[in-house]
Amino acid sequence: MNLSSLAVLLVFQCLGEGVAHLLGVAIPGPVIGLLLLLVAFHVVPSLARMTEQTCWAILQHLSLLFLPAGVGVMAVLSRVREGYLAISVGLALSTMAAIAAGAWVTDRTMRWFDPESADEK
Amino acid sequence: MEKLIRFNALWVYLAASPLLGLTMTLVAYLVALQIYRRFRFHPCANPVLIAVVILIVALSITGTSYKTYFEGAQFVHFMLGPATVALALPLYKQWNNFRRAVLPLLLGLLAGSLTAMIVAVGLAYELGASREVMISMAPKSATTPIAMAIAERFGGQPSLTAVMVICTGIIGAVSAKFILNWLKIENHAVRGFALGVASHGIGTARALQISAEMGAFAGLGMGMNAILTALLAPVLFPIFLR
Repeated sequence: MNLSSLAVLLVFQCLGEGVAHLLGVAIPGPVIGLLLLLVAFHVVPSLARMTEQTCWAILQHLSLLFLPAGVGVMAVLSRVREGYLAISVGLALSTMAAIAAGAWVTDRTMRWFDPESADEK
Repeated sequence: MEKLIRFNALWVYLAASPLLGLTMTLVAYLVALQIYRRFRFHPCANPVLIAVVILIVALSITGTSYKTYFEGAQFVHFMLGPATVALALPLYKQWNNFRRAVLPLLLGLLAGSLTAMIVAVGLAYELGASREVMISMAPKSATTPIAMAIAERFGGQPSLTAVMVICTGIIGAVSAKFILNWLKIENHAVRGFALGVASHGIGTARALQISAEMGAFAGLGMGMNAILTALLAPVLFPIFLR
């Protein structure tokens, strides 16, 4: 992990937060920061080479970063008194259906438009 | 008994500083990662799921509140922002592959995103959930900040939405392999993309563990669904709530 790369990520997050605030859109700052950094990589390819190692180092442990929010289940579950069944069935089936629908449509349309790339593994 | 009381006093002392929450988070993650490796990265041994269970059990046994825990854990939580920005790198590396498949990706995004919202709200309605629960549930496939903002704007409960988002992520990361194998979809790009659309960052974390290509497409799916959910919610919610 290198410090200047971390600074680049933070600067772009700040830019993203700033843009989100100024435009008053509901899109999160970090997502806008991601898009801005993607543009910057295309304009200055050396920036991508410089930050590559740090980006991978952070992304390798992306799971870790969800733990504090995940433990929040504890605080909310004690407050939800009813609707357990509706919530758990709704979450489980809709997520699985979304994966199936998204993958199926992407796969079929890919075969339609570009049969060659669809068969790559 | 006296030892136990002393240990308890020591714990209360340590828990008062952010150090303990931070340390517990890292240790629980490392333990979960070790278990995940032992099971050769089987999706059911998902490290987020295991580490969260370890932490909740540890906090319950010691009687530590979530608020106290989060004072330390917030430093880890904070890194979600820079990590989201860092997803620009795998996206950049896969750019040429995206360009070849823009239309299929957009159609897949629309299918995945709409299915997630409509099936969730429909099932919740059929099973007699309250209006508040339905609204809180609708944006759950989008990444946390966006899902919470949408729930809040339309009269849901943002803290409930945050939990549903996390559960959705874990459900997707655990089940994706079985669903995609059943559908006989082998292309890593398609597998990653569908996982990212349906279960955001936690799905992306899982995809990154399989391959860089799968991770990049998952990151793309997550980012695109964040934007689409923000655009679709104002259109769909009035229909849902009629």
